[in-house]
Amino acid sequence: MISFENLILITLLSPLLVCLLTPLLSSKPILRDILGPLGGIISSWGAIQLMASILNGEQPRLELLQIAEGISISFVVTPLGAIFGLVASVLWIFAAIYSVGYMRGNKEKNQTRFYIFYAMAVHAALCIAYAGDLLTLFIFYEVLTFSTYPLVTHKQNEMAQKAGRLYMSILVGTSVILLLPAIIWVWVVTGSLEMSQNGVLDGKMNPDYAPYLLAMFVFGIGKAALMPIHKWLPAAMVAPTPVSALLHAVAVVKAGVFTMLLILTNVFGIDFLSKTGASNWLVWLASFTLLTTSIIAIYKDDIKARLAYSTISQLSYITLGGALASSMATQGATLHIITHAAGKITLFFVAGAIYVGAKMSKISELNGHGKSMPLIFLAFFVGSLSIIGVPPMGGSWSKFFLMLGAAESGYITVIAVFCISTILNAYYLMEIPARAFFFKKEREVKIKIPILITIPTLITCFLTILLFFFIEPFENLTSIMVSKL
Amino acid sequence: MTDIVIKNLPILVVLCPLMMSLIVVLIPNIFLSWLLTFASTFVAFIFSILLYQEVQIHSTISYALGNWAPPLGIEYVIDKVSIFPIIIITLIGFLTTIFSSKMMPDEINETSISKVYSLWLLAIAGLIGLVTTGDAFNLFVFLEISSLASVALVAMGAQKDKQALVAAYNYLIIGAVGATLYVIGVGLLYGITGTLNMADLSERVVDLKNNKALIAGFGFMIVGIMVKAAVFPMHIWLPRAYAYAPSAVSVLLAATATKASLYILARILFSVFDIGDNLIINTLSYIILPLSIIAMFAGTIMAVYEKDIKRLLAHSSVAQIGYITLAFAIGTKASVAAGFIHMFNHALIKGALFMAITSISFYIQKRVTLSNLSGLGRAMPITFFCFVICSLSLAGLPLTAGFISKLYLIKASISADGLWIAILILFSSALSVIYLWKMIEALWLQQPRKEIIIKENPTIYISLLIITFLNIYFGLDASFVVDSSTEAAEKLVGVSK
Repeated sequence: MISFENLILITLLSPLLVCLLTPLLSSKPILRDILGPLGGIISSWGAIQLMASILNGEQPRLELLQIAEGISISFVVTPLGAIFGLVASVLWIFAAIYSVGYMRGNKEKNQTRFYIFYAMAVHAALCIAYAGDLLTLFIFYEVLTFSTYPLVTHKQNEMAQKAGRLYMSILVGTSVILLLPAIIWVWVVTGSLEMSQNGVLDGKMNPDYAPYLLAMFVFGIGKAALMPIHKWLPAAMVAPTPVSALLHAVAVVKAGVFTMLLILTNVFGIDFLSKTGASNWLVWLASFTLLTTSIIAIYKDDIKARLAYSTISQLSYITLGGALASSMATQGATLHIITHAAGKITLFFVAGAIYVGAKMSKISELNGHGKSMPLIFLAFFVGSLSIIGVPPMGGSWSKFFLMLGAAESGYITVIAVFCISTILNAYYLMEIPARAFFFKKEREVKIKIPILITIPTLITCFLTILLFFFIEPFENLTSIMVSKL
Repeated sequence: MTDIVIKNLPILVVLCPLMMSLIVVLIPNIFLSWLLTFASTFVAFIFSILLYQEVQIHSTISYALGNWAPPLGIEYVIDKVSIFPIIIITLIGFLTTIFSSKMMPDEINETSISKVYSLWLLAIAGLIGLVTTGDAFNLFVFLEISSLASVALVAMGAQKDKQALVAAYNYLIIGAVGATLYVIGVGLLYGITGTLNMADLSERVVDLKNNKALIAGFGFMIVGIMVKAAVFPMHIWLPRAYAYAPSAVSVLLAATATKASLYILARILFSVFDIGDNLIINTLSYIILPLSIIAMFAGTIMAVYEKDIKRLLAHSSVAQIGYITLAFAIGTKASVAAGFIHMFNHALIKGALFMAITSISFYIQKRVTLSNLSGLGRAMPITFFCFVICSLSLAGLPLTAGFISKLYLIKASISADGLWIAILILFSSALSVIYLWKMIEALWLQQPRKEIIIKENPTIYISLLIITFLNIYFGLDASFVVDSSTEAAEKLVGVSK
């Protein structure tokens, strides 16, 4: 039996080890490329064990190092963190296999550097998932931003430079100007950087100031991509597709909404929020972002740009779920982290497959190509259904809970928002398989999709279906999360 | 033997570089003069570590110079406050001396090198003396020793770029004005209190509340020191002096010179005078606070528009000094501690950045501007790596020393009900990311105009690596800096606050 401390270490350090070993193996590409999936498997094993321990009612924790009195780097596995950690590590396995296929198929330069920072970003995401206090959370939030910068600017051309600038200025700017003082404000008010399952602010914070503190958090967490600080996400799409798939559909943005949920539940606390109504304004902001970005997505012809706006809209579901401040909605928001991740990574995998295989990146070019890449478009179709929330795909559960939550907290309009957005989702996502399968082909293209791209795409597509049938352990976790201590 | 050394440590730490500077000037051999300089800075560093241990035991060490008992004789005081800048100065002095071994022969004529090292030691001795002395007039003497030596060092840059003469002249005139103001202040205080010993002074000023001569004297002293510390708007000598001085000299000056003056500022504000006094409260909140905030933004904005990298870093120093004086201006125990923490960390950060930039300029044999940084990151990976780490440290990103400074500074200002100050600090540090990022982008993303092959020199990058390592180390284990700053602040501001 491995102690919990070691288990946390194994889960966190295996991506870091991959990151450190990769440069040593740069002359042996095959060994180097095996490292990523291998690290993913070890890390996921640890994440599963940690999740099981939470289900058994335990709380693994690890104090890594004390920086100064009252400041330390520590890790605690919470139900929410266990879910995010599992999502990030499991999907990393498939994304790592996929990126080998993509980078080779596309003959990208500087592959070693790419894998180094890729693993580094996963490491940072896992550290965020298991962060035991606010400062650890903040530290790895920044590490994640900085480790993804070389990936976003991978092409090292002028467009990448511009995108990189926007990416850094929004993410670093918001986190330093707003998130950091918000964290320190909590530190000053409560006297420690710790979080707790039912929030730490109740009785210590003047409720009149709570909405302002919340606003500092909400706009400080740029990775959650709420309007008007969402621009970095479409800009980051200049990165190679494996980056967009794992990082900008899963690790980075989910780290954002994860942080948001953690702040809403473990710092403010659902009861404190619903009692004071501090998050009422956030409900409307998230609803607005949700609808507006869905509409913008319709007008994007670039596949990745459309998926990026769709991601922003889906992230708002999660923030909205947290802001509704009811236990049902929080459960729905947490489940949405899993289901959306599986669905969206599939969609991005498909976008990359089409780019590598047929050198196409525009939706209007896809007409009639469904028959030449049937599996890929089938995967896209299934992934889309999950995002839209049609049974039997995983996405239906989270939407169901979110709607129940909206009803529970009495926001009837929000239910309407969910319905309208579902229609919009269907509209802009279904266009892609529809064009591929039902439209007439305009020109012949030679298509060659590497097997290392097809397999992970089909696996993640299959995962979205599996999630429908095996949602129970995750649902149990979320009910532990919202239970009172 | 060891007993005598321990007993006389407060004077030895000053004498060691001071005496050596007189010897070095006589030695014509380049290597030998460097070696002696290196040895004496190293010994001074060891002495300061020993002193630190002594202070942990005895808390305050008073040393009567020539056995003339204070307050009549000159007293050297080493306590938990003054040990802090001593460690900064000796540590940086030691590291920059290693760094200078390759830089000096490149920029200075063979015949002048031993003179430069003599001045170099004189400047270090002056700075250490400034911090150790407990006598207001002796302080003036050391202030002038270090300033004049620094001016001469800056002027040495003229062998490469004639602009250095203008810079040195500016520095000399403005510095002399500052020193004169200070000595007028000391004169006025001496006139009404009849003492020059600072501890004695602090007891006597208590009875003289609202005395006009006292207020005037205080004003002269503070303004004089603020000139030396380059507090906005008295900073105009600084960018030129740092930019045109020989490489190693700019590293030494940037990391240490203003720190010593800032320490004196804190000592006068909190130790000679009393924080509870209206005079101090008004000075802090109506003069130093607004000036610091302006400095934070003015320095950063000037740095954003600057193309010459050494000047850019110098402007950034003005902003960073703003953070430190701002911390003093808030005037609580936590904030003064934060000021001291940043003083230490900023010495490490700026020292490292200047080292990185001057070594780049050594490799490419040109002044470093934004445009000729293009693509150099790939040609000199070690220097680039250190530069990135220390830039992140300056910007205050986690796991670096700079983050610890920011953290305590923000916490202190929020605790003192100054959320708006906290936001302003963070806003200006976010602005500083702009100029740092410009440099990193140029080094990393832009293509070099022509292929450059550079072989990095170990004697140059070893000290850069050490100081970069310290930047990370003090970000991960800040207890030394935080604890000693807190003790220093406790001593200065008093336990009550």
